[in-house]
Amino acid sequence: MATQGIEQPHVQQPPGRKPSGSGRKPTDASPLTPFVFLAPYLLLFLIFIVIPAVFGIWISLHTWDPLLPAKPWVGLQNYTDLFASNSTTAGPFWNSMEATGKFTLYSVPLLVVIPLVIALILNQQIRGIQFFRAMYFAPYVLGVAVIGILWRFLLDPNIGLVNYYLGVLGLEKVPWITALPWAWVSLVGVTVWWTLGFNAVIYLAGLQDIDPELYNAAKVDGANRWQRFVNVTIPGLRPVFVFVVTVTILASANMFGQSYIITQGAPGEETTTAIIYIAETGLRQFNMGAAAAMSYMLALALLIVSVVNFAVFRNRGD
Amino acid sequence: MKGFRAAGRRLTRQDFLLLSAGAGAGLAVAGCGGGSTGVQSTGDGGKTYKGPKVNVAFWNGFTGGDGPFMGELVKEFSSQNKKINVSMNTVDWAVYYQKVPSAVSTGEGPDVGIMHADQLGTNAARGVVIPLDDVANALGLKESGFAPLVWNAGLYNNQRYGIPLDIHPLGFYYNKGLMEKAGLDPNNPPQTRDDYEAALEEMKGAGIEGHWMSPLLFTGGLTWMSVLWQLGGDLYNEDASKATFNSDAGVEALTWIVDVVKKGYSPKDVGEDAEFVAFQNGDNAFMWNGIWNINPLKEVKGLEWGVAPLPQIGTENAAWAGSHQFVIMNKQPLDENKVQASKVFINWISQKSIEWAKAGQIPARNSVRESQEFKSLEEQATLAKQVPYVHFVPAVPGIAEVGLTTYEPAVNEAVLLKTEPKAALDAAASRADKLLEENRQKYQA
Repeated sequence: MATQGIEQPHVQQPPGRKPSGSGRKPTDASPLTPFVFLAPYLLLFLIFIVIPAVFGIWISLHTWDPLLPAKPWVGLQNYTDLFASNSTTAGPFWNSMEATGKFTLYSVPLLVVIPLVIALILNQQIRGIQFFRAMYFAPYVLGVAVIGILWRFLLDPNIGLVNYYLGVLGLEKVPWITALPWAWVSLVGVTVWWTLGFNAVIYLAGLQDIDPELYNAAKVDGANRWQRFVNVTIPGLRPVFVFVVTVTILASANMFGQSYIITQGAPGEETTTAIIYIAETGLRQFNMGAAAAMSYMLALALLIVSVVNFAVFRNRGD
Repeated sequence: MKGFRAAGRRLTRQDFLLLSAGAGAGLAVAGCGGGSTGVQSTGDGGKTYKGPKVNVAFWNGFTGGDGPFMGELVKEFSSQNKKINVSMNTVDWAVYYQKVPSAVSTGEGPDVGIMHADQLGTNAARGVVIPLDDVANALGLKESGFAPLVWNAGLYNNQRYGIPLDIHPLGFYYNKGLMEKAGLDPNNPPQTRDDYEAALEEMKGAGIEGHWMSPLLFTGGLTWMSVLWQLGGDLYNEDASKATFNSDAGVEALTWIVDVVKKGYSPKDVGEDAEFVAFQNGDNAFMWNGIWNINPLKEVKGLEWGVAPLPQIGTENAAWAGSHQFVIMNKQPLDENKVQASKVFINWISQKSIEWAKAGQIPARNSVRESQEFKSLEEQATLAKQVPYVHFVPAVPGIAEVGLTTYEPAVNEAVLLKTEPKAALDAAASRADKLLEENRQKYQA
């Protein structure tokens, strides 16, 4: 494979380098070098991503319970079942995909805009700004189990602190985790509170990368604060936006813990996300074949979203 | 599992494939060693242990107030049996039932464990646990020594996989202070439908929400099952091949439960465990909850409460119950010494089940249940009156997961007043029929 390059007499030189005849200077990099550097990751990539991904396709073509000796081949049935109205998987699966879609739709805009606003504030020269930076980032270091249980109790409709204080203010009780649309309001709100620090830190790094000269130049040209924001800050952050939007969409589409702990997928199965249903199918019903097929459908959906996302930003960038 | 979101931050879609497909692959590789249940029984079935010193791993899901009791028993056993060192590991039940099968099939994990009756069929069919007929024979365990239901729950395909430890039914907890406040006799809790509904009405008049109705399996779903059985219905037909929980009895039971909310005897939108917290805080007068809450409630200072068998809402007495059963894991290759030591351990704990009863359980053995010592455990003994008529979810392979996507969300939607009881149960039942058929094919092959 790649290692054969060493023995070959005619090694292709990088462009711009003077051909050096048949020999190589001792300081030249061996053609093997990049592969040696890549090897550790490639190995992990192969073992933990490529092989399982391919094996997953194989699993999805069977009725597969790892502990049962019989794993009958069913062809594409696990996939066609997802589109057959009389199958056991189609209804709950698309229901869960819809829940995932809704959560992504509600949470991504907030997680793109609010952290930007916070990053702009945190980018000011204020006394004790480091303290505030730490404060906004703090919830992100907590595990989902911690924030899940915390908010489940705070938001409990009857015994929770939030409704208690609403009552003190003379307001009606709100069914935060047991009825729509409140369950989505809670899940999105908790997620924004929990993860905005991450996006804010990314934005902050992006903001500090923008050359102050540009702001000075804009000022000299008479641009006001808003004009400087639109014409200097926003274009300067474009690569950061691509990253933040992509990562946030994928993270939201993989939402699991918040619904699992705070609402338990309720009311009914309204907040049961795709990952929850896939995990239940594969790890509780031990129906790995169907679960693998669903995983590929979700992966396909995310692939399409990611491609659209990149296309949109690329066009604007031109 | 619960860490998906946190990890998702740094993940790409390829990593996502890893999460789903990789989990499958890991288990599948693990699965290669499993499947064989034809274990040769040697030894004397657990009367004595004569082998070398051995370590036995014992896993269970006693994360509540019952864990320390089991821990004490394990300690006592190890101090008496110098050659057998039992180490106990407690994980949440939901995690336990996911982890144990894959661990055991790779030769890791526990040697001996506890499983609920309704999980035995699944785990026997999947080759996770080994038959224990020889233990039952050697120890002279017979059906006559146990409540029939709990004895039969340990069987799958006419082989014994579980040695019954206990029965844990739903019970009726009542707050004496709130009853007095509403002008009711705190020493005479309502036991009939008329009395129960009258009591709830009295309490409503006194501004008390009498019976907080949970929309979740614990405890709203269990309450619904109990009333369903009281009305002469059942979850499934005889051989658990068809769902019958949408029968008239099922609909009437769910309607009764929903009416508790509609008539204002319960607040709307009760959250997870809120009915229990409200009971502890003296805000909830009546609670249908598991026997395992006896000890936690005893620790609440100033709370005056009592416990009674479930009121009879239907035409007969019935109550939901579960049962913890001892199992020995099919850890390949089987270590005969560990298996034998595990059997000795099971036998020892089984005879000590009076100590276990103190944790808030009813012993499965008749002799212990009828002993003076058990009768002196007032609350447990009161709930043990239900033993002749308790019902289990049948131990058919895959059954526990059928409820997960059928009647659990149906009860949830109905109690949250989103869907009418009949519509919710009908949709759930037709889905359950298909799942039961899929399970039958899967586990028959």
